[in-house]
Amino acid sequence: MSETAALLRETAERLLHDHCGRATLEAAERGEWPSALWDALEAAGLPQALAPEAAGGAGVTWREAREVLRAAGRHAAPVPLAETLVATALLAAAELERPSGPLALAETGAGTALRCERAASGWRAHGRLAAVPWGRSVSHVVTTALLDGRPHVLLLQRSDAAVRRGSNLAREPRDELVFDAAPLRVAPLAPPLRADSALVLGAFARAAQMAGALERLLDDSVRHAQERRQFGRPIGSFQAIQHALAVLASETAAAGTAVAAAARAAERGDPTLAVAAAKVRAGEAAGIGARIAHQVHGAIGFTYEGALHFWTRRLWAWRAEHGSERVWAERLGRSVAARGSAALWPDVTAGLSAEVDGASVDRAPE
Amino acid sequence: MRAWLGEALADVSAARRARSWGGFDPEFSRRLGERGWIGMTWPRRYGGAERSALERGVVLEELLAAGAPVAAHWVADRQSGPLLLRYGSEAQRERLLPRMARGELFFCIGMSEPGAGSDLAAIRSRAERASGGWRLQGSKLWTSNAHRSHYMIALVRTSPEGASRHEGMSQFLVDLTTPGITVRPIRDLSGDEHFCEVVFEDALVPEEALLGVAGAGWAQVMAELAFERSGPERYLSSFQLLLELVRETGPEPERALAAGIGRLVAHLATLREMSLAVAGRLAAGRDPSLEAALVKDLGTSFEQEIPEVAHALLGRPPRPEGGDDFEQVLGFLMQTAPSFSLRGGTREVLRGIIARGLGLR
Repeated sequence: MSETAALLRETAERLLHDHCGRATLEAAERGEWPSALWDALEAAGLPQALAPEAAGGAGVTWREAREVLRAAGRHAAPVPLAETLVATALLAAAELERPSGPLALAETGAGTALRCERAASGWRAHGRLAAVPWGRSVSHVVTTALLDGRPHVLLLQRSDAAVRRGSNLAREPRDELVFDAAPLRVAPLAPPLRADSALVLGAFARAAQMAGALERLLDDSVRHAQERRQFGRPIGSFQAIQHALAVLASETAAAGTAVAAAARAAERGDPTLAVAAAKVRAGEAAGIGARIAHQVHGAIGFTYEGALHFWTRRLWAWRAEHGSERVWAERLGRSVAARGSAALWPDVTAGLSAEVDGASVDRAPE
Repeated sequence: MRAWLGEALADVSAARRARSWGGFDPEFSRRLGERGWIGMTWPRRYGGAERSALERGVVLEELLAAGAPVAAHWVADRQSGPLLLRYGSEAQRERLLPRMARGELFFCIGMSEPGAGSDLAAIRSRAERASGGWRLQGSKLWTSNAHRSHYMIALVRTSPEGASRHEGMSQFLVDLTTPGITVRPIRDLSGDEHFCEVVFEDALVPEEALLGVAGAGWAQVMAELAFERSGPERYLSSFQLLLELVRETGPEPERALAAGIGRLVAHLATLREMSLAVAGRLAAGRDPSLEAALVKDLGTSFEQEIPEVAHALLGRPPRPEGGDDFEQVLGFLMQTAPSFSLRGGTREVLRGIIARGLGLR
């Protein structure tokens, strides 16, 4: 781990430990914006860390940013930290000025109903963005799309939208934003960024958060197994429990490894396929890990009073956000099939980020 | 290396490639030795190339991914050689390592016995001091390729159990042509004969056959197991079937097929990263036992899942003979897969190691 990564990790861990306890999580679920938490994160520069120093960020790498995302997952931080990190990176790449405050990251593409039209006064947006994280609380929404046949970053002002509240399983806001001829700022993106980079990098962020949440599940489950006694001894002394926790440890390690590989791929070029692998692997680990953690925790893990659900509900929600395992597996599989069996091993050893004749090996979905 | 393997294996069928580190081909091993791809990390004075553990890791995964027949020298390269380097006498190293690195001297493992599988400390084979050396009694079981190997490194009792069951064991370098040793191949469920029973009846081995320190066998065999479990062969055993699956489905598979393949590739890419991390720990001189147990548990589950997924996606019959490449590779792996989570430490033993790492044991 680089010095910067270690420093980021330590800072994120300390702030989240201090400002993201049970009371904060419960209040957020009741709909309160955790301003003390957000202000502390912003004061430390974490949400904008991926922007270059000239743009007011810290110019960190994706591997370093992964430490922040991991910590956010480990503490179930109920703020758009991951979203603002990624949105900030996209804005910086397109040299768009970063608005202050929390940002949301939205997906466009297949199934979204946002239309952009060029008017005399500039670009205008019409239609809906679905399930926008913290749509009600942010100042702006960032997404990517194809405009005039080129990938662009889109920056919309939240106050231009009508908000229909919604949430995911963990009661994290996932709001629908409806725009009607709303003005927006756009700027072109250069490769390796692409028209669906908001989706790809959003998936990376969720995978990294899932890896962090799994670490928490593992720690809490091991501690519970050591403390809880039945038949006169800690349940962790039973082989059945030991083996279940061994599987949880393996799944946790696999998720973390897949995310680290995706972060490296993002620093080399187009990370789409490595992110696909990470989202598939972490999503699968989330399902298996949540099942094991609940089994080990027994009935207390099923109560609201117990804390386990703050992480398992997030894992169940996050594995479906920014593309489920199915979506990403299909995309990865289509690329593998199109490249043929002879390319499979070379592509895997290149970290799924091989570029062929300057073009990405991934084919965007139709 | 890919170019060289492409030529060397051009005429090898898919079904033979599927055997990979089960494929025994002394001539191929000698050619690898000539290229310096056996004993790569060993000192030059013993015939090695003084390469890093990571470089060796890359060579191993290329061999396995290509389905190269590496069984003949695999054990010598993976564990017998490193064990000799750590515990062997200077004379033993000089006598054996250069020939191992040339791909001329093949080793087998001497651990399991009829009454000692996962519970290795239950071994009953023993060695007693005799004039001119030691006399071996007892038998070893499930010894892969004993009938085609020159030496076994055998773990035996040299004194009764003391306060601890782990006391009183020693390792011996046993020349398998020694009188009093019988090697009997055992047919496996597929009809293959690759593992054996090895019986010692008053077999006299010389004084210099003792490896390391008499009585320190348990610690030595644990080190040997760490070498055994740290390689990349624990996730690539079914890779040839994944290749056949991709070949069969063609460039534009329907959605469920694409998703099935994509999911397997996501697992493959992750396991490869994890396996390299184990090699990285070895290279940094750190103990990789816990990480290796974790990779082996996940890796063998993945290897066993590939035939299941191939069956679920295509539903074609597994066939040992006749049939096309896909059906033959599926036929071989469907029958071999149960051994993946048994050899080199069962899944249950590995999960016990992981649980200990978690502080639960």
